[in-house]
Amino acid sequence: MDVHPLLLARVQFAFTFFFHIIFPTFTIGLSAYIATLLVMWTRTGRERYRELAQFWTKIFAVSFAMGVVSGIVLSYQFGTNWQQFSIVIGNVVGPMIAYEVLVAFFLEATFLGVMLFGWNRVPPWLHTLSALAVAFGTLLSAFWILSANSWMQTPAGYEMREGIAYPVDWLAIIFNPSFPYRIAHMVTAAYLTTSFVVLAVGARYLIAGRHLEHARTMVRMAVAFAVIAAPLQLLIGDRHGLNTLKHQPIKVAAIEAHWDGSEPAPLVLLAWPNETAETNRYAISIPHGASLVLTHSWNGLVPGLKSVPPSERPPVVPPFFAFRIMVGIGLLMIAAALTGAYLGWQGRLLETHWYLRLVQHGWWTGFVAVIAGWIVTETGRQPWIAHGVLRTADAVSPHAAGTVATTLALFVLVYGIVFAMGLYYINRLIVRGPQGPATTEPGAGTPTRPISAAEEAGRQALRAAG
Amino acid sequence: MEGMEAYLPVIWAAVIGFGVAMYVILDGFDLGIGILFPFAKSEHERDQMMNSVAPFWDGNETWLVLGGAGLMVAFPRAYAIILSALYLPVMIMLLALVFRGVAFEFRWLGVTSKKHWTFAFAAGSAVAAFCQGVILGGLMQGIRVQNGVFAGGAFDWATGFPLLCGLGLVTGYGLLGATWLLLKTEGAVKERARPQAKLLLLAALALMVIVSLWTPLAFERIAQRWFSLPNFLFLWWIPVATALVGYVGWRRLEARDDVLPFIVAIGLFLFGFLGLVVSNFPYLVPPSLTIWQLASAPATQVFMLMGTLLMLPIIVGYTIFVYWTFSGKLREGEGYH
Repeated sequence: MDVHPLLLARVQFAFTFFFHIIFPTFTIGLSAYIATLLVMWTRTGRERYRELAQFWTKIFAVSFAMGVVSGIVLSYQFGTNWQQFSIVIGNVVGPMIAYEVLVAFFLEATFLGVMLFGWNRVPPWLHTLSALAVAFGTLLSAFWILSANSWMQTPAGYEMREGIAYPVDWLAIIFNPSFPYRIAHMVTAAYLTTSFVVLAVGARYLIAGRHLEHARTMVRMAVAFAVIAAPLQLLIGDRHGLNTLKHQPIKVAAIEAHWDGSEPAPLVLLAWPNETAETNRYAISIPHGASLVLTHSWNGLVPGLKSVPPSERPPVVPPFFAFRIMVGIGLLMIAAALTGAYLGWQGRLLETHWYLRLVQHGWWTGFVAVIAGWIVTETGRQPWIAHGVLRTADAVSPHAAGTVATTLALFVLVYGIVFAMGLYYINRLIVRGPQGPATTEPGAGTPTRPISAAEEAGRQALRAAG
Repeated sequence: MEGMEAYLPVIWAAVIGFGVAMYVILDGFDLGIGILFPFAKSEHERDQMMNSVAPFWDGNETWLVLGGAGLMVAFPRAYAIILSALYLPVMIMLLALVFRGVAFEFRWLGVTSKKHWTFAFAAGSAVAAFCQGVILGGLMQGIRVQNGVFAGGAFDWATGFPLLCGLGLVTGYGLLGATWLLLKTEGAVKERARPQAKLLLLAALALMVIVSLWTPLAFERIAQRWFSLPNFLFLWWIPVATALVGYVGWRRLEARDDVLPFIVAIGLFLFGFLGLVVSNFPYLVPPSLTIWQLASAPATQVFMLMGTLLMLPIIVGYTIFVYWTFSGKLREGEGYH
């Protein structure tokens, strides 16, 4: 069997990346949710909010740990597997990645310690502030890493000298053309994904008749958020698509499986794109549909795949199908959010069992949509690793296929175990549910000396053990 | 600008050196806890050991990411060459860090699987430490470079010297871990940590001596650096001071001191690090490429330096805040979970 090392390196990066992105997606949203709960707790003094925050913090800890360790892998993979990546574009992209570490990772990691272990060591306001710092840190992290990714999609503010990219204008580099759309799209996706997880857990408790007070709060908050965020995401996604059409038209052509740019583009709902025959098989399409969506005119022309030679085209099948999965899930989420809001308006949200049963099983929707979205944008950028600057094939390190295959197999094995156990433990935490009375009342009995906190922690440990 | 361009790579080498030193010391003691895990007598004791580092490990490991990112920004070609050349030890280190990182959370959640995560934490910590030593040794012994890219084989690092460095780092981290336990715990865990620290101190000093003899014998450039005149007149105090620090450490362990042995362990690491810098500067990819040949564009180095000089004091500030928040001893049975 002769598998090309380049293909193996790409599969390895894709695998480790898709595994990783699940956790930041969840923790960006969840940290914001926990911070919101803690702010509500300190403002109202209602214990329900603190108990919910404490419950989700445990799940956050597990997810964050998986996100951290899989993220470290990515930050080193640029060098281990993609030698020319840092050599050719390191001058420009490197600072964005380093700024992410400097301004975001340390903030998150430091205040995470307080957030997880500080329940008895710091006063409530400082605990809440730590949660806000972590939530803010995840946003800063998203800012810098999406800026780096956007530059790879729509490079700006640089010049090429002897095959190496040099920075010319840092503001143009950071705020490159696709960045505003990408960050809006991704952060909204993270919040929306998390709201559907919260909704699912709340619905699960309502159906089981457990933790009813907590469950009501979760379901109400999640629906109220999703009904705004889900339709908003459609709008942002549309804007992002138009931005892509302007800067990466061939990516859009692949998404639409649009081959011939000389005719108005149909909206291909489903088909099997055939890359060798340069046409679509079994197509179900709406004539002029894509022209209408993309150019807002009946006979508008959009570039087709055939306008560039095959060597300059991305693969068509992955972006085509991934895009349809992403949009399909997005539409389902909008429907679920609107239905929930309607039921809430009717005062029946918490009693409508068919709805609760449905959303209970919908916790995974956002994650699949996010992964599908990244498949669209990353495979759609091919054959470039940095659009127009560096080709993927030229970036790879010269390792033997066997070496890359070995590490890939190890990653699949290790991540498989870690992911399966992580899901299993998160489910166990959900089964256990939010815990009852407070460990500390807000404002009361806040230990000022570490030793009294330690004594209190000791008593709790004994209580938990007994 | 000419002078500026000559100094920038030196400043960046210092910044990255600072990051690496912070990483080695901070993650060193929590990796050391994992290395000492097999020698604890019960899961209960292991809980206490793990709790003593639980609030800190994530922040500690972030220095590793900073080291990688800093190298990518300031010396992108070094980042590409070093990581490609040491591909397998780097990958295995990352996988080991995955296992021991999630073990911090998973171990508390597992009931029947707790002992598996105990193993994952111990093995992951030891393997990660060993690989870091191999990476260091592999870099020291030199990387084959042609046309500015790595041109060696996948197993170039698998020779005696890197493996010895791997053993050295496992020992050193074990020492940091044992002295951390003296500082932060009480009861049986602390009582066991004292003889462990003594043993590890002797082993670490012995390994430092072996490495210090091996490098000038095996690498001509390092012998030149240390033993030519007038270099030797300026450098002789480094091994002497290291030996003195080791001696003080032994005396304080004998005197049942809880605090100073940890400081001594840090001191030994800093002197070891200083020795490495003296041996290799200005080569970042020995034996052929210096920091000036590997540096990124001056505009990139300046842009990143501004942010780094602004952020590093803030980061150090809230690192101190979190260590202060969780200061004091942790006794048996106490935990944050």
